Amino acid sequence: MHRTGELFGQFQTLEQQKETATLGMWVFLVTEILFFGGLFLTYSINRHAYPTAFGIGGNMLDLNLGFGNTIVLIASSFTMAMSVWSAQTSHKKLVPLFLIATLALGSVFLGIKVVEYKQKFDHHLIPGHSFDITYCSNNPAACGLSGKALEDEKKEIEEGIQAEKANPNDPDANGIVALNAHAQLYFSLYFGMTGLHALHMIIGAGLLLWLIFEARKGRFDANYNTPVDNIGLYWHFVDIVWIFLFPLLYLINRHLA
Amino acid sequence: MAEHSAEHIVSPKTYAAVLTALLIGTALTVYAAKVDLGRFNIVLALTIATIKMTLVILFFMHGKYSPRRTQLVIVAGFFWLAIMLGLTLQDYSTRHAEPSRSQLNELPSSLLRRS
Repeated sequence: MHRTGELFGQFQTLEQQKETATLGMWVFLVTEILFFGGLFLTYSINRHAYPTAFGIGGNMLDLNLGFGNTIVLIASSFTMAMSVWSAQTSHKKLVPLFLIATLALGSVFLGIKVVEYKQKFDHHLIPGHSFDITYCSNNPAACGLSGKALEDEKKEIEEGIQAEKANPNDPDANGIVALNAHAQLYFSLYFGMTGLHALHMIIGAGLLLWLIFEARKGRFDANYNTPVDNIGLYWHFVDIVWIFLFPLLYLINRHLA
Repeated sequence: MAEHSAEHIVSPKTYAAVLTALLIGTALTVYAAKVDLGRFNIVLALTIATIKMTLVILFFMHGKYSPRRTQLVIVAGFFWLAIMLGLTLQDYSTRHAEPSRSQLNELPSSLLRRS
């Protein structure tokens, strides 16, 4: 089924064969929904337990980069959908063009993600030995912080320390230690979830490369476009995961900043 | 083409309309996040995200035009997700509050830090 558009013996029509392939892809995507669902659940429980630390962590992400990445990914879903349309209507020349556009937008997304990760590394926000939530407010020059943004962050961290001291769940809390511990929890989930999402993007980029290679031979048309369709479903699914990651990770506490 | 007559082809016009709706939704959610709505900030953010997801599934992923069987699988996936999220979160949100620090101080130390 992967190589040609011929009808295989177990199916009665090509249409039935195509529907079966789509159904199989959806069954795989359902397992992916539950896979990511477990992470969203972990995030929800921990955010419920440590709202202040999660709020501070979320406000340390770069909103402009996150917003830009959301636009880029939505645009890539559109070009992916257009490549499916091109194949379905036998516009054979357009198929690889839209696929290349999708791959290019996906690469831009990953590139922006690299810039964001590097920034978090520089700001001592990688969970582990050198994690320090107060790094930027103590070294504003190194983080390019100044004026109102700096005061806001200092105020937020001071409030976070007070909130941790008042938290009955941490009888030994001395503020900053607990805040650092819980902020690390946020950043562990941030890197875990966006990292797993990025891994899906990288796999998707590999699949797109193969599709582009095949599409350039004029392989996909109205009679046979199952690979374009199914990889399209995968790509849109990855887009949906980001549609939820963006508000949950970047936006949730902006109204308090 | 004849064998594929039943395959629904979504027009570029529809795709462009969905793209526009998704971009507007993204701008809206960023704008709304900066307005203080208290606990409704999260409700609004997740509502917008759910609407965006529904648009992607219905049109980009052809969910609206899929056979019933495929639609059932899609709905079932979210049904299981709802069980996982719903039952776990109702557990966490209805547990009794942990004892306060003064209550903890009255307990013998051997009972503390069990977890």
